[in-house]
Amino acid sequence: MSENPLHLAVALDGAGWHPAAWRDPNATPEALFTPGYWTALVQAAERGLLDFATIEDALGLQSDDHISNTDRRTDQVRGRLDAELIAAFTAPLTSRVGLIPTITTTHTEPFHIASALATLDHNSLGRAGWRVQTSVRADEAAHFGRRALPEIRRDTLGTPETDAAVADLFEEAGDSVEVVRRLWDSWEDGTEIRDAETNRFLDRDKLHHIDFSGRFFSVRGPGIVPRPPQGQPLVVALAHARAAYELAARSADVVFTTPRNAAEVPGIVAEVRAAEQAVGRTGAPLRILADVVVSVDEDAAEARDRLRRLDELDEPLRSDAAVVAGSVVELADLLQEWRAASPELDGFRLRPAVLPTDLDAIADGLVPELQRRGAFRSAYDTDSLRERFGLPRPASRYAGENTAEVAR
Amino acid sequence: MSADRKQVILGAYFPGVNHDTVWSDPASGSHIDFSSFEHWARTAERGKLDLLFLAEGLRLRTRGEAIFDQDVVGRPDTFTVLASLAAITEHIGLAGTINSTFNEPYELARKFASLDLLSGGRAAWNVVTSFDAPTGENFRRGGFLDRSQRYERAGETLEAARRLWDSWGSDAVVADQEIGRFLRDERVGDFAVQGNQFDIAGRFSTPRSPQGHPVVLQAGESPAGRDFAAKHSDAIFSRYQQFDEARAFYTDVKARVAKAGRNPDEVKILPSAAVILGDTEAEARDRHADIRSRQVDPFTAIVLAETAWNRDLSDVDPDGPVPDLEPTPDAPKWIKGRAPLTQDAHATAEAWRQLGRSEGLSLRQVVTKVFDRNVFVGTPEFVAEEIDRYVQQEAVDGFILGSHVTPSGLDEVVDRVVPLLQDRGAFRTEYTGTTLRDNLGLEPAEKFGEPGTRRSDSAAS
Ligand SMILES: Cc1cc2nc3c(=O)[nH]c(=O)nc-3n(C[C@H](O)[C@H](O)[C@H](O)COP(=O)(O)O)c2cc1C
Repeated sequence: MSENPLHLAVALDGAGWHPAAWRDPNATPEALFTPGYWTALVQAAERGLLDFATIEDALGLQSDDHISNTDRRTDQVRGRLDAELIAAFTAPLTSRVGLIPTITTTHTEPFHIASALATLDHNSLGRAGWRVQTSVRADEAAHFGRRALPEIRRDTLGTPETDAAVADLFEEAGDSVEVVRRLWDSWEDGTEIRDAETNRFLDRDKLHHIDFSGRFFSVRGPGIVPRPPQGQPLVVALAHARAAYELAARSADVVFTTPRNAAEVPGIVAEVRAAEQAVGRTGAPLRILADVVVSVDEDAAEARDRLRRLDELDEPLRSDAAVVAGSVVELADLLQEWRAASPELDGFRLRPAVLPTDLDAIADGLVPELQRRGAFRSAYDTDSLRERFGLPRPASRYAGENTAEVAR
Repeated sequence: MSADRKQVILGAYFPGVNHDTVWSDPASGSHIDFSSFEHWARTAERGKLDLLFLAEGLRLRTRGEAIFDQDVVGRPDTFTVLASLAAITEHIGLAGTINSTFNEPYELARKFASLDLLSGGRAAWNVVTSFDAPTGENFRRGGFLDRSQRYERAGETLEAARRLWDSWGSDAVVADQEIGRFLRDERVGDFAVQGNQFDIAGRFSTPRSPQGHPVVLQAGESPAGRDFAAKHSDAIFSRYQQFDEARAFYTDVKARVAKAGRNPDEVKILPSAAVILGDTEAEARDRHADIRSRQVDPFTAIVLAETAWNRDLSDVDPDGPVPDLEPTPDAPKWIKGRAPLTQDAHATAEAWRQLGRSEGLSLRQVVTKVFDRNVFVGTPEFVAEEIDRYVQQEAVDGFILGSHVTPSGLDEVVDRVVPLLQDRGAFRTEYTGTTLRDNLGLEPAEKFGEPGTRRSDSAAS
């Protein structure tokens, strides 16, 4: 195994990433809102020894363009279960695979996010993560009625007004992650002492107000959930451009990127490193994964045919990420080629075009192929998700710091 | 099961944060690890109980300005725990206490619909309003709402949630691969709610769940709280367990339910209760006294008195008389994060003093007595008889059982009392329904505007 082991993850959403995926003969679209469907997917990811599964989510119905308001289409999958609850449901039914729900920072309280993910980490014994996402959609804001967002469309991107609105959402996201991380730290390890001698259940010197105050909100703390097993669950973010790279550099542990081909990989890695420099990131560098939408099969023709059939049913799959259709051997070649293009590309988050078909092909075809090449682990070798990425368990930033309020 | 015998409803609340939980007991385990929740849930389901119940607290308690360090502190997120429990149980209801003051309807409706779908129709929401102003310091909206506004917001939150749940028809998802139609209707999920607290509109994003509307519980005591429950809830979690006060509460609330135009049988009254067993009555009483002395230790006695007095009583001797000091209910809150004990502090103080004088009790003994209100103590036969009597004589519809030990405290109730209730024909031997609503004997939630609707006017009221 190489020094920098390959990371492989899967991105779960609905019936898969192709808008017509639900019409594939092997899809089970009537089951999308049942627990069995999600359990089977997450268990397939674990069978394939994948690092983690992300679960997409939003606080509004899907739309054929994720930044635009609901499109009222009835011919594609619409509707989702809460991703964090799906992750929580699958936690006791799996033992190794990382569980990373998407939670938006724009409308969700950081206090609730911190509690939910700390609990997911407890329930999964150290396998929780958070895919940080902002919501730019005006219709989602109207679901909450607390703020009005200007309607942002592809064709208004880049105007000063939308740039400013998006910059605010990103800044708020950064604040949200900061608050969540502080809340995770606000209980030091070993706060619960159960000292019958002194009749103290906990050592309150190890609890800390976080006293965060920013442009968008303030939060006092401490949290209510004791420090989770990983210390801090893994924070991940998808980024395509400078502002998002900087948010990731400031706030995340892992960044998902979208090179279109091997040639683009070194440039994107360089951009990520430049963003880290620009924001003065300290600590471990971002782990960089490339997102790839895949249609994969033992047989290359079948993989390509599947994609073509779906393209004809709906419209050709468009994606922010590269779309690759081919055999497990071809896909393994491609992944190795991209990694060869930059030693700092840590791995991939594969977005199956069709679920469960492409995930099964990943777990039962691609992974064995990579293992044959000595390019992927043959067993899970770490317990916690952070460890899998070689990231140390962070110490609480407050450790050793006494509260101002020690008087009894 | 005999047809004419009223069936007892039994829930179990997780013995977590409060002074009832004796963490120093050698049998006491983690109140955070999922393994504890798993043990508790499997025990309750083995006993065919109706539901699991989690309380809520969104800030750590403080005394003066210091974080409270003596009782069990900290709790995991309710939704996350219930979703994990849904995976390892099959029949039992999953009830979460979630306040309506620091949450938004869209998110809450989605979480409960998701939980109901993931659990196959077992979700329940105990709507509370949060009594505790400093909780606002942890949330964007900050601040707080006074009681009338809190209940207004709770009512509007619940109404909004019901509209969202109703916004998808049960047949909205067709997923017809042949003709390429996923949803039956492009207006699926449309909603608009306007009130004093909310002005929201759009499309709900989670399909209708098996129960349609998760079961709604409520825990509130004031007239406003009781009216809220009478109008909106399927069940009430109360603290009135002594027979006479339980009956009085039952009578009062069922009358309010009737006045609200609903069938009184449709709102179940479920006080909290703990069970302490012995092979003999004497043994049970000894255990009770021992547990009590550990629950109300000298320091806890002072803290509980401070909750009523709203001032520092560190200098008071817990083994001396109830102090003559006057309460200072209008001072800044001395203990934050604990439900207020009383509406009238001066009257409470005087009542405690009288009790102390007339029975010759110390402060600690008075506190022990005052808080000794929700326990069945005795042999399994006696406790089963009592529980059944309360239900048959219409003082309660059932109980939500706690215990002083996490997580194994429920074991002996399930092993020793439940079978006796079953023998009496007062409790199920198998789950009969598929949803929590079925198991509680509640009517299915019918959809606003759909044929057969019972509560066609309630969404507008
Ligand atoms: C038995 C019982 C249990 C309660 N549990 C909680 C709880 O877990 N979390 C919470 O915030 N409030 C809880 N409350 C408080 C209520 O939500 C409510 O705020 C309080 O009873 C005041 O209600 P009132 O305004 O109707 O008097 C509980 C109340 C009762 C009676």
